[in-house]
Amino acid sequence: MSASTPAGRKQVHLAAHFPGVNSTTVWRDPGSRSQIDFSSFQHLARTAERGRFDFFFLAEGLRLRERKGRIHDLDVVGRPESLTVLNALAAVTEHLGLAATVNATFNEPYELARRFASLDHLSGGRAAWNIVTSSDAFTGENFRRGGYLDRADRYTRAAEFVEVARALWDSWPSGGTPLTVRHSGPQFDITARATLPHSPQVHPVLIQAGDSDEGREFAARTADIVFTRHGTLEAGRAFHADVKGRLARYGRTPDQLKILPAATVVLGDSEAEAQERAAHIRRQQVSPQTAVATLENVWGRDLTGYDPDGPLPDVEPVPDGELAQGWAHMADRFGIAARWRALAEEKHLSIRELAIELTARQSFIGTPGSVAAAMDEHVQTDAADGFILVPHLTPGGLDEFVDRVVPLLQERGVLRTEYEGRTLRDHLGLGRPAPRPEEAV
Amino acid sequence: MTRELHLSVALGSAGPRSAAHWTGLVQLAELGALDFVTLDDSLDPADGEGRLDAVAVLAHAAARTSRIGLIPTVTTTHTEPFHTSSALATLDFVSEGRAGWLVDVSTTEEAARAVGRRDPAPDAELWAEAADAAEVAARLWDSWEDDAEIRDAATGRFIDRDKLHYADFDGPHFSVRGPSIVPRPPQGRPPVAVALDAQGRDARWELASQYAEIVLLAADSAATAREARTELLSRAGRDDLRVLISVGVTETRDALPELLADWHADAGTDGFHLVTTSPTEELPAVIHDVVPALRARGLFRATHTGHTLRDHLGLARPDSRYAVRTEAAL
Repeated sequence: MSASTPAGRKQVHLAAHFPGVNSTTVWRDPGSRSQIDFSSFQHLARTAERGRFDFFFLAEGLRLRERKGRIHDLDVVGRPESLTVLNALAAVTEHLGLAATVNATFNEPYELARRFASLDHLSGGRAAWNIVTSSDAFTGENFRRGGYLDRADRYTRAAEFVEVARALWDSWPSGGTPLTVRHSGPQFDITARATLPHSPQVHPVLIQAGDSDEGREFAARTADIVFTRHGTLEAGRAFHADVKGRLARYGRTPDQLKILPAATVVLGDSEAEAQERAAHIRRQQVSPQTAVATLENVWGRDLTGYDPDGPLPDVEPVPDGELAQGWAHMADRFGIAARWRALAEEKHLSIRELAIELTARQSFIGTPGSVAAAMDEHVQTDAADGFILVPHLTPGGLDEFVDRVVPLLQERGVLRTEYEGRTLRDHLGLGRPAPRPEEAV
Repeated sequence: MTRELHLSVALGSAGPRSAAHWTGLVQLAELGALDFVTLDDSLDPADGEGRLDAVAVLAHAAARTSRIGLIPTVTTTHTEPFHTSSALATLDFVSEGRAGWLVDVSTTEEAARAVGRRDPAPDAELWAEAADAAEVAARLWDSWEDDAEIRDAATGRFIDRDKLHYADFDGPHFSVRGPSIVPRPPQGRPPVAVALDAQGRDARWELASQYAEIVLLAADSAATAREARTELLSRAGRDDLRVLISVGVTETRDALPELLADWHADAGTDGFHLVTTSPTEELPAVIHDVVPALRARGLFRATHTGHTLRDHLGLARPDSRYAVRTEAAL
């Protein structure tokens, strides 16, 4: 930490999310480039490293999304396999952490623990794993076991998966000999010797994104980072207090778990210009076709006959009309439809205007100065420990942020000007885990 | 007329030395204009210093090299065909068309218990399953036609979904619906490689004749090699198959250029797969002594003339099996 840092100021931890396959990623913009070529990943990762970010983040897809029984074609489609991209990025970056989202439902601990240990070795201690679980049979159709997991067992599997993975990571001290890990539980029954000795971080950093009570408890017990959607000051503070309040019962301190909300940023030379650009981006994110599709997901029926610039459909939703697969599960469609109707009537909105209205407002809109100040306030007042920035453009979507906001955060003394450690754990201020090699778990 | 030969090297498996160590070896192989390197892998416990994931090591090396082919071993017994296909397609993207796949199976009790999903099975069954995995990978790599991404602002469509296809594979060990999550790789399909013994005629041969474009052949004489190659080509019923003879570097080092030239003439082979036991010591000798000697005889290229692994091997880029030919209508 530099000498000019005001005492007691929390540091802002930043991460870069490669744009995903939701409608929030704008592909119609002339600045939009390939979502699959390595050069795009390299550009965003190097931009994040230039901005002294903690890590680079990749989401995962295991089945292309479908609507009305056909592949959804309105958003970006297709992405590479995360760990393979990150191993390549490790060769063209030096300090940046490298986080992959990998599903615990459609993988086995022995193989996946080894793949993350390999990334940690090859990157010199920069690996992170965002653990997710899914229970849908739709995704299961691409895998050996199909959709076998009960929704209620998702965290059981995740917890047992992490327990086995950590036992494997612990089991071979550097310079020592590998011990045999024996585990027998509801999800896994294995006897294994690891193929790799301790990697630089021993345990790759663990990220968790679930928001349910069970998800928060899992995070408090197990994770190093929580990736959350609670981006406003009030919701952020409540979430922060809730999750950090759970740590003590697992013998953990508040600084051992970092809370990083997803955040979007729009900059302008004036507040007004920033607002204009924000509105323009939201309009880009919701094409006429996307607007109709947004309503179809709630109505559960085909609405292609309706004019996107006209009023909302006069028909009611279909109770069990599952038009879309691969999106988050939607409960209470009648309630949602009623609320949307009321909103459209109150503000005199067309289908498309309503869909734009419903698209989340960007988290930070303003001049570089006001955005830096707002981000700093979020962190200093415990609404967050930092942010996972989600750009709307591939791959240049964070260029402007790094050029214009990062220097101001550095001037405020809340963002490093140089990396001080080598590993992602160093960047996050997390200790190195004390390995507990033992014969059996 | 002299036929040029194809030259490749086996780096063994990757102990967790520094990334720079492995990248250095691959760069050295690239300097010699070799067609490709292979890197072994398995889910068995590792002896000695350990073993890194081969796809990971070669993805890392891909970002620091530009021409050499990169062929990791990926086993099919305990892995998910969907993940394997995605990882290899991604290796093809990060290397801009230099990936291949050395298919292998996992026969040991240790690997079966470490993964904990199934008991060990007989070789024939495992290789039949490996062939299914190769079939699934090929279908998934073809499942996006080359021009599926259209970015058509007028209709709001990013892809033409008529050009994406379900793999719909249903076999005894797994079924896979598709399409791939990864668009069609630069090479269309990364070439599949299989290691065979010229003596045996086991289940690997079935897989090789149907799916392989590269065969790494262990043979004890030029005559057996020639015979095996002839049989393979006839079984495969196609000529897009490169048969490379596996040769140990250690025991033959000084005589290697002579030996390779003779075998090349006598066995009618397409080239060689030089198997190192200590790549750090042996690879420099291959690149600095053997390669120049072969060049002097007019048997090996001076530099890479193409960019992709298929270019080096003279293998055409395949069309997607799902692409509908519409030229006739024009």
